[in-house]
Amino acid sequence: MPILDHLWIILLLPLLGAAANGLIGIWLKERWPKSAVNACAVGSVAASFLCVCEAVREFAALPASQIPVVGNYFNWMLAGPFRVDFALQVDQLTVVMLLVVTGVGLLVHIFSVGYMDHDPGYPRFFSYLNLFVFFMLTLVLGANLLVTFVGWEGVGLCSYLLIGFWFLKKSAADAGKKAFITTRIGDMGFTVGILLTFFTFGTLSYGEIFDKLTAANTPVENHFGVITTICLLLFAGAVGKSAQLPLYVWLPDAMEGPTPVSALIHAATMVTAGVYIVARMNPLFSRSPIAMLVVAIVGAVTAFYAATIGMAQTDIKKVLAYSTISQLGYMFLACGVGAYSAGIFHLMTHAFFKGLLFLAAGSVIHAMGGEQDMLKMGGLWKKIPVTAWTMLIATLAIAGIPPFAGFFSKDEILWAAYSGPYANKALWALGFSAALLTSFYMFRLVFLTFFGQQRYDEHHVHVHESPWIMLGPLCVLAFLSTVGGWFAAPALWGGQNYFDDFLKPTFASAAALAPVVVEPPHSLEIYFAAFAVTAGLIGLAIAWWLYLGDPDRPKRLAKNLGALYKLVYGKYFVDEIYAALIVKPLLWISTNILWHVVDEGMIDGAVNGTADVAQLAGGEARRIQSGNARSYATWVIIGAVGFTALLLGIMGMRH
Amino acid sequence: MSAIPVSWYLALSGVLFGLGVVAFVFKRNIITIFMAIELMLNAVNLAFVAFSRAHSASGQVALDGQVFVFFVIVVAAAEAAVGLAIVLALAHTRQSLNVDRVNLLKF
Amino acid sequence: MIVPLIVFFACALLAVVGAVLLILAHEPIHSALSLVLVMVALAILYLLLGAPFVAAIQILVYAGAIMVLFVFVIMLLNAGVEERTDWSKIGKWVGLPLGFLLLLEIAHWLYHSEPGTAIANGGGAPPAASTFALSTAIFRQYLFPFEATSILILIAILGALVLARKDQ
Repeated sequence: MPILDHLWIILLLPLLGAAANGLIGIWLKERWPKSAVNACAVGSVAASFLCVCEAVREFAALPASQIPVVGNYFNWMLAGPFRVDFALQVDQLTVVMLLVVTGVGLLVHIFSVGYMDHDPGYPRFFSYLNLFVFFMLTLVLGANLLVTFVGWEGVGLCSYLLIGFWFLKKSAADAGKKAFITTRIGDMGFTVGILLTFFTFGTLSYGEIFDKLTAANTPVENHFGVITTICLLLFAGAVGKSAQLPLYVWLPDAMEGPTPVSALIHAATMVTAGVYIVARMNPLFSRSPIAMLVVAIVGAVTAFYAATIGMAQTDIKKVLAYSTISQLGYMFLACGVGAYSAGIFHLMTHAFFKGLLFLAAGSVIHAMGGEQDMLKMGGLWKKIPVTAWTMLIATLAIAGIPPFAGFFSKDEILWAAYSGPYANKALWALGFSAALLTSFYMFRLVFLTFFGQQRYDEHHVHVHESPWIMLGPLCVLAFLSTVGGWFAAPALWGGQNYFDDFLKPTFASAAALAPVVVEPPHSLEIYFAAFAVTAGLIGLAIAWWLYLGDPDRPKRLAKNLGALYKLVYGKYFVDEIYAALIVKPLLWISTNILWHVVDEGMIDGAVNGTADVAQLAGGEARRIQSGNARSYATWVIIGAVGFTALLLGIMGMRH
Repeated sequence: MSAIPVSWYLALSGVLFGLGVVAFVFKRNIITIFMAIELMLNAVNLAFVAFSRAHSASGQVALDGQVFVFFVIVVAAAEAAVGLAIVLALAHTRQSLNVDRVNLLKF
Repeated sequence: MIVPLIVFFACALLAVVGAVLLILAHEPIHSALSLVLVMVALAILYLLLGAPFVAAIQILVYAGAIMVLFVFVIMLLNAGVEERTDWSKIGKWVGLPLGFLLLLEIAHWLYHSEPGTAIANGGGAPPAASTFALSTAIFRQYLFPFEATSILILIAILGALVLARKDQ
């Protein structure tokens, strides 16, 4: 059966898994065995993955004219000229995203079977996780902005549910709220962007928008016009969802959720939705240099900024969170300088090594019995070897050491920032510094966790390796982190970058509109790559010196840096600034104006006032009931007189 | 033969009715109020008979008004009987014939 | 000719005087007797209008039975001078003007409704209604109201019996 004709199956399978676990599992509670939960959850994602593989196989056989494959399933909304169908599409970009989402998703599901084994909310967890996969697939497969937006909002919802999974813990519940509310701010921009898109193009379907752009031969917009506005609004949504400056504050707090959630949602898939949308709308972005510059600047600055914060954090998951923010900055930097395929490439390799880093961190936390503070770890290398080796591979990948995956993708981005059509040396410098810092703090993490002295009490913490159900996905991801970059490898020695070639049709219009620059010589590229690797090695060396040498060295350095260290350690106090500048005034307005004035004063006042008026009127009206028969009689006479007068008047008029 | 216009009878009827209303509002004894009601009914009877006469052509008598008066008198009798029975009961209960004392339905 | 006129005015005067006396009397028994005077005057007027049967019924039933009932009740209850209570403010201030207003309205209405068709006793006037004709009308045309009224009287008797009984 050709899957490409029935794309909705890919969506439906995780949804069925979510429904089965969510509805039947909650209803049956303990009688719904774990094996059933696993079968529904892992099985549905596995089935979805197999369908995706089949779809890719069919896709590969298609001629170029039939791409993108669009399946229009039903008319969703029809209101005059406004028409939105529930349509799914597959093109090269979609293929990459589908493989990442279902593949890494499947591995995370398998890992979770082991990690969440003792959790009482077992079926609920997998129901939410499956629901998330469903929404993410909707986002990726959507053929128009509105279907994508459904997925966009849905993953936001699942993120909230999963961050606050242990909702009885106040910090977790607060973190869920923070994530949802912060991304909401971005979503507002996204919504306005969708509206403006419809207003400008009269359609929300990607294919139709892009066709209109090419048909009208729309030129590059060098001023702040409609296309720039649309791009910036959509980017605002991406800033929220992908945790860039200034809306990144929710991602470190999101680490309150279970580690598999952090791996899947906040590393590999949901946070990459912003990058996906920018890449998808590349015909629009490439027609707006202003928007591209904004994207690139935000990306580069965030990359550097988050890397600085990551240097001083002590919670293993928080370091990885800031690292994610930083790497997402890289992806946006890539899109901003026109290297869309490099950005997507980095998205893919990042999914591998960051997913691996989070899952390995989860394994470490599991081994340490729940401990997340790196300062209380140390010397774990011999005790949990598989975890340690996989984490090391991931760290090498993220630091950009060849031949691991991160090297190829990161190098491509930095090269495009330095010498591409939209090159910007300042941004390159930021990206380069961020690479150095990334290498430093990642190796810091490895050294603090696995090497050095044992800083925990062996009697309290019983360090044990995780079961193979958890280690299996680690190994798979480690393998992918190693070989995942080799698609682009041949370009190094003058061959082809297969990944770029695969994605070329999707980014064709962007390439066509890019300003023409002189291609620098290939040898410069090799030197450049070597230079980037050197940065990684320098970071490694500094971390080695600080954390594998004298154990007091980091403390002395922190004391010497004094206020600067405190600033970085306190995450630049951004959360506190937001709380004082934004949250507090809003709460004040809510309490004093909306609650007291509007709700109590006006609405309650109106309702109670009506009752009071009725009571007053009744109180006055009852005075007629005096009990005195003579006044009753008088009232009767008054009525009779009036009636007679009326009749006289009528009769008089008739004469 | 001077004819007495029907309208004179009707005017008299109106006057008597008005006086009945005044008595009804101003008198305090329940029985007197009842009598005022009877006065009003009598005024109306007069009007009926006058109309009956007015609608009669020579040779043909219109009897409807008089039949109506017949029934009004019957009903007035029944009403007086029942009403006075109520007055008796009231007098036993309230020990007074003052209508102002019958005010238990005050709010 | 002028005899009917004199009779009319005399009876009209008696009726109005009786009504005024009813209002002005201090004791209920005086009011009752004034009402009897009114009724007798009206009976004579009915005669003048050519309704002998109605006149007889008026005397027999109204003045003879109903008013006697009133007098019996007054005597039974020993109704004396009524106390002066003044608890209806609206009655005091609005009642009298209203009464006169109503009076005027009705008078005006009745006066203008029938363009004073001259009737009276005498030539061209229709004959007085005979009892025979009246009873024919009652038992033929108005049989149903007649029967219904009979039932009404029955109910009234029962009601009066029940209401006036002392609680045992």
